[in-house]
Amino acid sequence: MTQVAVTVNGVAREADVEPRTLLVYFLRETLGLTGTNVGCDTSSCGACTVLLDGESVLSCTLLAAQADGREVTTIEGMASDGQMHPLQEAFHRNHGLQCGYCTPGMIMAATSFLAENPNPTEGEVREALEGNLCRCTGYQNIVRSILDAAGRMSGASA
Amino acid sequence: MTTTERFVGTTVLRKEDPELLTGQAGYIDNQTMPGMLWMALVRPPYVHGRLRSVDTSAAGEMPGVVGVYTAADLELGALPFVWPITEDIKVPVHYPLTADKIRFHGDAVAVVVAETRGQAKDAAEAVHADVEVLPAVTDLEEAMADGAPLIHEDLGSNAVVHWSHGGGGDQGVFDSAPVIVQERYTQPRLIPNPIEPRGCLAYGVPAQGEFTLMSATQIPHIVRATLGGVVGIPESKLRIVAPDVGGGFGSKLNVYAEEALALATAKATGRPVKWIEERHENFVATIHGRGVIHDCTLAGTPDGKILGLRFVEIADMGAYYQLLTPGIPELGGWVYMGPYDPEAYWYEFTGVLTNATPTDAYRGAGRPEATYVVERLVDAYARRIGMDPAEVRRKNLVPRFTEARTAISGLNVDSGDYHATFDRALEMAGYDDLRREQAERRQRGDVKQLGIGLSTYIEMCGLAPSNILGALRYAAGGWDACTVQCLPGGEVVLKIGTSPHGQGHVTTWAQIAADALGVTPDDVQVLHGDTSVSPLGMDTYGSRSVSVGATALYLALEKIKEKARTLAAHELEVAEDDLEFDRGTFSVKGAPDRARTIADLAASAWHAHAIPDGFEPNLEATAVFDPPNFTWPGGAHICVSEVDTETGAVEILRYVAVDDCGTVINPMIVEGQVHGGVAQGIAEALYEEAIYDEQGNLVTGSLTQYLVPGATEVPSLELDRTETPSTSNPLGVKGIGEAGTIAAPPAVVNSIVDALSHLGVSEVGKPATPERVWRAIQAARGGDR
Repeated sequence: MTQVAVTVNGVAREADVEPRTLLVYFLRETLGLTGTNVGCDTSSCGACTVLLDGESVLSCTLLAAQADGREVTTIEGMASDGQMHPLQEAFHRNHGLQCGYCTPGMIMAATSFLAENPNPTEGEVREALEGNLCRCTGYQNIVRSILDAAGRMSGASA
Repeated sequence: MTTTERFVGTTVLRKEDPELLTGQAGYIDNQTMPGMLWMALVRPPYVHGRLRSVDTSAAGEMPGVVGVYTAADLELGALPFVWPITEDIKVPVHYPLTADKIRFHGDAVAVVVAETRGQAKDAAEAVHADVEVLPAVTDLEEAMADGAPLIHEDLGSNAVVHWSHGGGGDQGVFDSAPVIVQERYTQPRLIPNPIEPRGCLAYGVPAQGEFTLMSATQIPHIVRATLGGVVGIPESKLRIVAPDVGGGFGSKLNVYAEEALALATAKATGRPVKWIEERHENFVATIHGRGVIHDCTLAGTPDGKILGLRFVEIADMGAYYQLLTPGIPELGGWVYMGPYDPEAYWYEFTGVLTNATPTDAYRGAGRPEATYVVERLVDAYARRIGMDPAEVRRKNLVPRFTEARTAISGLNVDSGDYHATFDRALEMAGYDDLRREQAERRQRGDVKQLGIGLSTYIEMCGLAPSNILGALRYAAGGWDACTVQCLPGGEVVLKIGTSPHGQGHVTTWAQIAADALGVTPDDVQVLHGDTSVSPLGMDTYGSRSVSVGATALYLALEKIKEKARTLAAHELEVAEDDLEFDRGTFSVKGAPDRARTIADLAASAWHAHAIPDGFEPNLEATAVFDPPNFTWPGGAHICVSEVDTETGAVEILRYVAVDDCGTVINPMIVEGQVHGGVAQGIAEALYEEAIYDEQGNLVTGSLTQYLVPGATEVPSLELDRTETPSTSNPLGVKGIGEAGTIAAPPAVVNSIVDALSHLGVSEVGKPATPERVWRAIQAARGGDR
């Protein structure tokens, strides 16, 4: 067993896990944070995207041990004080989700992307989402949601 | 809250979103139980082979293993197949675990249950199957040939079913018409790939013989009606729950081996058993779609009048039938006239077994296959007679009709206005300008040529009138049911037999109930997807939920209003006819301040202190709706693409879609359905294809090889609608879940051929990959293919 200490959504968490434990199963099964979904076994779909020290990563492609001593943010950590994050609100307002299974990964990928590029073009948003598959929406309203959130977030910080 | 606001026809943001946006969804993999075991299946790495023996001894000794079972250990019944479409259909027997042969990659020979997911998987790998490998066949025509390996020897042939529509009109036109166009079109298998794979969790009260199966399914009611017999649990003691389901597209419209095995092992061990499909399993063990070859004939006149349409199809059934398999091409068999009005019609298909995953309903189910070949053929006809394809369509589209008319295929079409959608789409696209630009590019000999692809379609939705299903030899009915309860506090609960997986039913149904009872959608609680909560239902597929399920809701609301009127008249001491009803309030004609709201009446019907004689306490009603007819959405899609004549690369520049799905409840949700449907149609046209090698191995068996498109590969769409109310239900609704997937593939492929037709290209194949397009250009130029 390997001891892993990770700050998850601002809370220090520690556990002994099998060395082969993937970060996504550490989050889902050890910590009970089931908001991060698993969609494939080839690092292709992006459903399991979380933030590691603020950058988007595929939690199915990292070992829990690789997150030791670092900060992880999952979809459960996006809302604060009962208020949804502007990206969550924008997905709701723009019908950016249908079945919702890809949505946590989309929102985490978009969070990381907007931190790097707060005022993107539609084309830049589409390229940023290349690692996240959605089968329901055709992406149109996801792209619209992210552009809407970008506008509001940069407006709020200006 | 009593309100006079109206919600039907307006965008109401989705009630189901908050849990999905915050990581609180209840998808099957988020469900867990005390003492729960994990199940893993043993699928030997063979496509076709005789099973000599299965050795489970080593696996049984592995850490954490609680049980290892083969077919002989569990003695399960055959999986359900409910659509024997002809009297003489040959039906392969399909057990949850195979005991004699492996017939495709998804066939399992044993199942392991263990304490953890990892232990179950490790033990499954330790099961040894001794298999005599047999030659495999996945090509349709090879499977039909003499001497082909037989998938099921007892059936004597791989060609197992032949269904003919029987035709309509004078078949002589196919010989005598001045213009005869004949084409062969091939449509490869597609793999549905919802982002959530399948999964289930079985648990129960073994001492009572009662079991619950939670499953990522579209069809909890049909699973309940069919699975009990497989596992030896009476239907009355079996409850099926569909939790939040992460997409389906038809792939979860089935009753699968794993569902039976989870129940059987939960029964055998007395403990909860969970199974979660991995993506690589999903590629082989969950149904595929399409997989058809059509020989097509169009008979017409030189001036553009379509006289006859004839289609002879070969359809890939896969290694077994799943729930509906041969019924899928039959469903398409009723729409091969498209929105046109030919004098003669013929459709027939032969279903063929292969060593591949069973095919079944994939978004559109038979109707995309039909629409693709009809629309490709009409374009081929236009090229043959040198007429603009828009002009050919204008000449042949059925004129507007608002009462049902009988189509040449024999069914009654409820209503339609195909010219309106087509004219609007041409206007939005700027068709004449596009043709001018195309001519200029051709004149200049540009490397990048412009193509304009047209697709006009109809679909048959709202499955289905039970008497027609009976005539078509389908085992169940096509009704649906809803119970509405008005709570004494003014809230409304509705329990409905439909079962969504992303379509926004909670919001849409709440809008309908809110308008009828004068409350807001927030006051309406929608319950579904659990056979104990809404015991009557036929679930969600075939664009049926709004036209059948919501109509049952509408009728239950009418009953509520009728019952409430009786109570209001009693309390206000007037005759029922003296009451007016508006937005949830009954008031006395001429004395509007003498009134009772539905909430008032729900409270007095609940405490029942002063109700009329014979009045049943509570304001609650159930309605079951059996549709008198299908619903028939229609529309026109236009794809504008740019084709690089040097590389074969295709870029979609614009995509215009004008759909008519009858009355619209929530335009935002309707548009979302079109977006997703068109995206899957574009994927079918350009990217997706299940490819098998000579040995029958699925080469495109993961998301790294099977190209589910990403955000850079699907364009933003330009949408509009017309609304021609359905005559099949009082709401006038038709359904929109499948329209995009039906309309888009021919629009896209027609645009590519249109871009290249001046070079002599008449076919590029589907999916139109750069390589296929490039080869088509080379062949037309007389170079190497």
